[in-house]
Amino acid sequence: MSKEYARKDGRKNDEMRSPIVAKVGIIPNADGSAMFQIGKTIAIAAVYGPKKMHPQHSQDPERGTLRCTYNMLSFSVEDRIRPGPSRRSTEISKITEWALNPVVMLGDYPNMVVDVHISITQADAGTRCAGINAAAMALAHAGIPMNDMVSSIAVGKIDKTLVLDLDKYEDSEFEGGEGSTDIPMSFTRSGEITHLQLDGKITKEQLKEAIKMAKKASEEIYEIQKKALKESVEGLK
Amino acid sequence: MSERKIVIPGEVVEKGNDFLPGEGTEKRGEEIVALRYGLAEESNRLVKVIPLSGVYNPRRGNVVIGKVEMLTFNGWVINIGTAENAFLSLTEVPRFVNKDGLDEIMDIGDMTVVKIVGINKRGVDATIKSRGLGRIDEGIIVSVNPNKVPRIIGKEGSMINLIKDETKCNITVGQNGLIWISGDKIEDELYAKKAVLFVTERSFTSGLTEEITKWFKGAKDE
Repeated sequence: MSKEYARKDGRKNDEMRSPIVAKVGIIPNADGSAMFQIGKTIAIAAVYGPKKMHPQHSQDPERGTLRCTYNMLSFSVEDRIRPGPSRRSTEISKITEWALNPVVMLGDYPNMVVDVHISITQADAGTRCAGINAAAMALAHAGIPMNDMVSSIAVGKIDKTLVLDLDKYEDSEFEGGEGSTDIPMSFTRSGEITHLQLDGKITKEQLKEAIKMAKKASEEIYEIQKKALKESVEGLK
Repeated sequence: MSERKIVIPGEVVEKGNDFLPGEGTEKRGEEIVALRYGLAEESNRLVKVIPLSGVYNPRRGNVVIGKVEMLTFNGWVINIGTAENAFLSLTEVPRFVNKDGLDEIMDIGDMTVVKIVGINKRGVDATIKSRGLGRIDEGIIVSVNPNKVPRIIGKEGSMINLIKDETKCNITVGQNGLIWISGDKIEDELYAKKAVLFVTERSFTSGLTEEITKWFKGAKDE
């Protein structure tokens, strides 16, 4: 067994980045909106609808549709990224949709669509998790019927050590040993997994351990989301 | 539960079998769980969640204000700010209409007060066969958040009646958040608009009716 990986920023292995900031109602024009920041990663989400689905051939006469669009702004990273849809953003849009679909209840909205637009204003690894967290809050804020909330967090394997919530260095710059593997996961409040992505190698035992770690952290994120949603109203009092 | 509290989806509102799940809630085992974000309220053992945000959901019996978007051979298509447009059929007009003269009753771009009589898969059906419904010819229309409409109306219309009396204006509040104000003078209408916006801005204060009374007094002294 090689020695444990020590994190560069001095965090414990099961410690998330700080600060974690959540805000609701940041886009007045939208039906619901939210911002989620974890460390240096910032995601904003806006929800429009339910409204009539266009194009018409995508309409589902049985239930409403959830449509997510993930987009990284060109200035969100140091080297400007080319704006517009890419292979990566299309994938993450779909993943976000799948992560949120089990909780939204759109049975009463046939032929309609709920649009969720996620923009990453600042990227420092873990953008899809931040996006999902912001989107879940924005959906709740838009008054969409949901049977639960979704909280998302990533666990990484750096060499052989499991660490929570990778930053940019750990995610893409670390080299050595077995390299790094990133496992983003989303949980409902009741503990069910709505999304888990993994490309890389990991043992069964370690994956179980990783899920346990992420689940614990997702509970913390849930509390932050809950607080933000509740305080958005108290502020008006 | 004596006080109203804000709940989020999936949150347990009430435990035990003493309560019944109402609108926006669901029973899971022994618990009553909120299904949407809003204010949880309990009355007569019925627990429900009042929405604070989101789009307007049309319901049967709602009086709404809309804009005529299109004329068809047998009626009008009216945009009431929902996903589906409302349809006002010729048969829902209280007087005889010549089929060639639909535009004499209402033309494209006209604002109108309608009542929703039915919602089906094809859309929303509306009527103007009642007092106070029909085309709007004068006055101003104010748009507010549809979730604040109950506050503007107040308990059994206490708030809206107070504003009507104080401003001497006729006010029709559409459930979709459009409010029609018409008075003798434009000053009265603007005064009423100010009062309505005052209520929407402070929709979470308790004792709002007293506060608006005070506001009217203050405005009079000026």
